[in-house]
Amino acid sequence: MDITVNILLTIATAATPLLIAAIGELVVERSGVLNLGVEGMMIMGAVGGFGAGYLTGSPWIGLLAAIIVGALFSLLFAVMTLSLATNQVATGLSLTLLGLGLSGMIGTSFVGQPGVRLPNLDIPVISSIPVVGKLIFGQDPVFYISIALTAAVMWFLFRTRTGLTLRSIGDSHTSAHALGIKVIRYRYLAVIFGGACAGLAGGHLSLVYTPQWVENMSAGRGWIALALVVFASWRPWRVLAGAYIFGAVWIGQLHAQAFGIPVPSQFLSSLPYLATIVVLVLISRNKRLTMMNTPASLGQPFVPDR
Amino acid sequence: MSANHDRSNLLEVRGLTKIFGSLTACDYIDLNIAKGEIHALLGENGAGKSTLVKMLFGSLEPNAGEIFWGGKPVKITSPGVAKKLGIGMVFQHFSLFEALTAAENIALSLNDGSPISTIAAKARALSFSYGLPLDPDSLVGDLSVGERQRIEIIRCLLQTPQLIILDEPTSVLTPQEADKLFETLERLRSEGKSILYISHRLEEVKRICDRATVLRHGKVVGHCNPREETAASLARMMVGSEVKAVERAPAEGIETAPALLEIRGLTRKPATPFAIPLKNINLTVRAGEVIGIAGVAGNGQGEFFESVSGEVLQQDAGSVRIRGKDAGALSITGRRLMGAAFVPEERLGHGAAPRMKLSENLLLSRHATDGKAFVGSGGMVKNSAVYSAAQRIITAMDVRKSAPDPEAAALSGGNLQKFIVGRELDRKPSVMIVNQPTWGVDAGAAARIRQALIELARSGSAVLVISQDLDELFELSDAIAVMHNGQLSAPLPIAEATFEKIGLLMGGAEPGHAEHSLEIA
Repeated sequence: MDITVNILLTIATAATPLLIAAIGELVVERSGVLNLGVEGMMIMGAVGGFGAGYLTGSPWIGLLAAIIVGALFSLLFAVMTLSLATNQVATGLSLTLLGLGLSGMIGTSFVGQPGVRLPNLDIPVISSIPVVGKLIFGQDPVFYISIALTAAVMWFLFRTRTGLTLRSIGDSHTSAHALGIKVIRYRYLAVIFGGACAGLAGGHLSLVYTPQWVENMSAGRGWIALALVVFASWRPWRVLAGAYIFGAVWIGQLHAQAFGIPVPSQFLSSLPYLATIVVLVLISRNKRLTMMNTPASLGQPFVPDR
Repeated sequence: MSANHDRSNLLEVRGLTKIFGSLTACDYIDLNIAKGEIHALLGENGAGKSTLVKMLFGSLEPNAGEIFWGGKPVKITSPGVAKKLGIGMVFQHFSLFEALTAAENIALSLNDGSPISTIAAKARALSFSYGLPLDPDSLVGDLSVGERQRIEIIRCLLQTPQLIILDEPTSVLTPQEADKLFETLERLRSEGKSILYISHRLEEVKRICDRATVLRHGKVVGHCNPREETAASLARMMVGSEVKAVERAPAEGIETAPALLEIRGLTRKPATPFAIPLKNINLTVRAGEVIGIAGVAGNGQGEFFESVSGEVLQQDAGSVRIRGKDAGALSITGRRLMGAAFVPEERLGHGAAPRMKLSENLLLSRHATDGKAFVGSGGMVKNSAVYSAAQRIITAMDVRKSAPDPEAAALSGGNLQKFIVGRELDRKPSVMIVNQPTWGVDAGAAARIRQALIELARSGSAVLVISQDLDELFELSDAIAVMHNGQLSAPLPIAEATFEKIGLLMGGAEPGHAEHSLEIA
């Protein structure tokens, strides 16, 4: 029984950073901006979070720092693509490369240092209820943030007027501009929100998942988050499903490898990617629904003709 | 007009000027709009009409000039400011969001926080009271162009504007839909609202407008009362010279002429959720005749053109036959080699590569069919032959340009269209298929293109013209078929065709029922 609970807990820990980064990117893409710099913002959040936690001794300050660093780093992307109308794909890619290099440089003195870990939630009595206590009331704080964030984004996008405006900008920025909607301002806020989320996801890696600093520790999770958004056809609950399928198969194949199942390890390692794609493609079979949810102006630079 | 006793000016514009680079799009424009009048803004494409109204609606910033609203000077710095003043706009290219519902689209332009359901109810009530029925829950992507325009109008009316700007509102409507729109406009006028009506359709301007301001090359060239003018005199003011009428000699012996283009049971599934499926289309175009295809935009004309031109291949090779041979499975080049020529709707990026010279564009479309003339042994391009052929086309079609062999994007829309049509005519194709031959082309150039198409047909070719401009089709065609919702009606010989009959077909009436419903009306 304890083993099952532990496996479920590790799945949640593996899925949480993917979910947070993907939900942030979902909001960015719903506004019509494609930010391929998720990996870079995530690793900057990881190094910033670790550094602040290590220097102050407080994991909470570390987490806050991760969010701020991610948001500031995305601001660079926003200025380039929104104010200067540079190509979003190229700018996003360079943001990732810059983040990976910069974090390695900043983090040289952190390598091998003991980090601080964000403590798990521990409510007396309740958290010690078998199974349920640990699963629902005994996880790390970021897990709860990720679930709340998903619900909040879902509500924001589909239940509020501001969310409707954001989606309309993603559908057609020229129409939105013609209606007098401040396209650039909305996109700035969306990009910064996405950066803060990616930073938080990075902070989770270096303050919860493996509380230490290792170069390139994001290990492609930013790219997986990006892919999740597309395969989830820009819908929050599907992103949640995708992140957890990925996490589950990831942890499952690690255990399978540990048990020495006679299947090549390369195949097992590729399973999470395959399984996530297959499942998300299956649930987004409805072409019409997918079209409706695809931000039509995704990736197109917007220059108001004034 | 009885509503116009008090002719105090609602809007006054003094010396409004907008400069784009070296082009003065609007040059010191004066305009007065009184309360409760329908004011026409006339002019050819590129005369500066759209630039002017964009400045009035705050989406463009003027370089110079003043705007007075109710006698007070105002600066309209954004569409939001315009809306607050009481200016509403119905755009020519709709500013709608396809992936959202009608009610959501309306909600986006209203800045109050009321819930979508309240807005939907208001929109439904208003739309029925003006006789423009609208389902607020429908997805815009699923609606016809006419229905989309209703959303724009309802959205505009919900803001209770004093001045409503309509930019070419009837270019996408059937004649019957346009009548409905005119009723709405007259009712708005009787409620004391002012309307700025932009159009190049002179008959409707004569019918509903109280005053007109005419623009040419960015300048105001005259004011008039359109009711006292004739269509010809208005056209002269717009163009600055007489426009030569198109001549069409009656076609003879068509019934026995060989069928050069045959379409048999052409069916196509929609490629995207918002595309129109083609349903069992049959059509024959014989040597010597021009067949026109009318229809409101977005009823499958684009899908039909793609299928006939070979941009999209058919499962059934016999569904498109050129000069008696199956062509449905052939590519564009394959069909061109059989003697067909195509002019797509979109000029830049489809009909021509924008950043390439005219001669290069000529080579691109004709290297296969004119291989011997343009490409020598070993695949070397004969540049001088291509260049002189391009010059021949430029002379033949009177293409006006600034350099001997300019880039396609450097030409104005009308001149590029003349070149593209000329490029295909120069081959003397036996089958010519043109989509929107004169969209956005000025009257003089349009007349030239139409005349050239008629002459091609009379010299023994089959010509098929797809157009939304009914006047154009009546000028050109020997028979007109109507496309509605992916289906094509049987061609109606021009002698029997009237605007009413074609209009009913465009609105979806069955061919057999057209006569009947006319009797009732």
